[in-house]
Amino acid sequence: MDIRDVNFKNISMSYSAPKFKEKYGNFINGKFQDPIDGKYFENHSPVDNKLLAKYPRSNEKDVNSAIEAANNAKHKWGNTSAAERAGILHKIADVIQENLETFAQMETADNGKSIRETMNADVPLAADHFRYFASAIRAEEGSATELNENTLSLIINEPLGVVAQIIPWNFPLLMLAWKVAPALASGNCVVLKPAEQTPASATFLAEKIADLLPPGVFNVIHGFGPEAGKPLASSPNVDKVAFTGETTTGQLIMQYASKNLHPVTMELGGKSPNVFFNSIMDHDDAFLDKCIEGAVLFAFNQGEVCTAPSRILIQEDIYDEFIKRVIERTKAIKMGNPFEESTMMGAQASSDQHQKILEYIKIGKDEGAEVLTGGDAAKLDGDLANGFYIQPTILKGHNKMRVFQEEIFGPVVAVCTFKDEAEAIEIANDTMYGLGAGVWTRDAHQLYQIPRAIKAGRVWVNCYHDYPAHAPFGGYKKSGFGRENHLMMLNHYRQSKNMLISYDKNKLGFF
Amino acid sequence: MEFKRVEITQEADKLLQELKQQHGEVIFHQSGGCCDGSSPMLLPKEDFYIDDNDILMGEVGGVKFYMSHDQFEYWKHTHLTVDIVKGRGGSFSLDIPTGYRFLIKSRMLNDEENKNLNS
Repeated sequence: MDIRDVNFKNISMSYSAPKFKEKYGNFINGKFQDPIDGKYFENHSPVDNKLLAKYPRSNEKDVNSAIEAANNAKHKWGNTSAAERAGILHKIADVIQENLETFAQMETADNGKSIRETMNADVPLAADHFRYFASAIRAEEGSATELNENTLSLIINEPLGVVAQIIPWNFPLLMLAWKVAPALASGNCVVLKPAEQTPASATFLAEKIADLLPPGVFNVIHGFGPEAGKPLASSPNVDKVAFTGETTTGQLIMQYASKNLHPVTMELGGKSPNVFFNSIMDHDDAFLDKCIEGAVLFAFNQGEVCTAPSRILIQEDIYDEFIKRVIERTKAIKMGNPFEESTMMGAQASSDQHQKILEYIKIGKDEGAEVLTGGDAAKLDGDLANGFYIQPTILKGHNKMRVFQEEIFGPVVAVCTFKDEAEAIEIANDTMYGLGAGVWTRDAHQLYQIPRAIKAGRVWVNCYHDYPAHAPFGGYKKSGFGRENHLMMLNHYRQSKNMLISYDKNKLGFF
Repeated sequence: MEFKRVEITQEADKLLQELKQQHGEVIFHQSGGCCDGSSPMLLPKEDFYIDDNDILMGEVGGVKFYMSHDQFEYWKHTHLTVDIVKGRGGSFSLDIPTGYRFLIKSRMLNDEENKNLNS
């Protein structure tokens, strides 16, 4: 699936929020279970702030029950054949695909992002990740090496056992797929905690795949970080913790893991530079048009992406001409009801997120950044007036400003200029983070050398925001570690068992 | 005159005192990055490992406020006010179950503050 294949012209389809039950349970040991202490929290839609449904406000008891179910299931599941696990993962992908529209509507209702994104990116990509890992485990093998004429080293992959996974709200189903697919594929049982802002799609998936997986293999626990996330991340009875979120919680989870000596993988955000060299303006052609869109991709998913290209670096001799085109394109972004397929940008995911973004725009202005377009909340009509909308905003300033250094997680981009390659690299790397970056050029040397010099795990060259399976994704610096979306992730969920076999009949001779 | 890098609003302080009652000694640590980041996290004091890589920015409502050193380098020219907003975060911050989130409001330090705090 490639989101570039989609033609949005002349579309005017309109969707709506799917029907929700009044309340849902945790999915533990193959069944939906009420929270042990009977507490629930309300989940509201950021589209119009209306109540969608109630979800369990779980605590340590619920978490431990899920961990126990996973531990009971791990031996059998870990010994299933790759063929059997792959078959099940393909069926999960089928379920996602068959229910694409419902999943997409659910994601839009829950997260606020536009239906054109959930229908064409989030949901199809999620299905594809399950297919990818299903296929990968059929094709791989361990190894056998003759170390000398009498000694054979066998390497066999073994699952870790039970994996705790804590995922964020920006791509609820897709982040689930990134984490759950490789963990199940490699033979682990999973206890997943979705973000409390977006509990819907994980629950719906559990409903749909309950009969596909043996009880206890896949468990979903809802609730708040301090009450449900902490006991999950600090449990001595899980074998690994995988987390996507922010730096402080990342450090905290690593501390808990250090007490248990558990491995972790972390994906902790970024402040990704999107670098435009002057050769892009050599011709006014399809490629230049692509570059302009590439700059405006800061507004994709309302800017709520860890890799959002939230710093635009433009070579100074093309700045005036290029930024004019970027501003024009940004102003043409159609905001509105996220359920309309013509809507390009929807609501921010929550009221606190909305407020935080406005605070960043304010400090940007205080620091002396110039507002090139946007710069405020967006007021929409009718029911949407209660939703959380922000105008796509471009701020011009310099790289030491806070709006250039902090992840705003909104449709706000900070623009600066650079003189030459050296300065472009210096500014690009002047950040705590190293998750994504973009380089745009027609120069054959630059398109290899600049990405090599940028300290980030993923550098998009003449493209951005593409997340295909089999392209590894993960951070440098404070953006974390681990490489998702690629078969190398399987080894982050496995042990390597080494069998060292001697065919020598003679003793060593020491004793 | 005392110069401060970080202060707290009355509403936020009220919530903070309630959470202190409930959880005992706590600290603030300013987070960076991703979904719930760029927000102050309120954590049990014994939970979070603080060392020389963290800068003590000050104390609000009897609670120490820290930030990692590299982040501080980009923040030190600004004054912070801890406030609250309705909402919910996905982190481990102790305010989340209350339905409110601590939020940072920032302004530039004035010349005098800058001279006293940063030179």
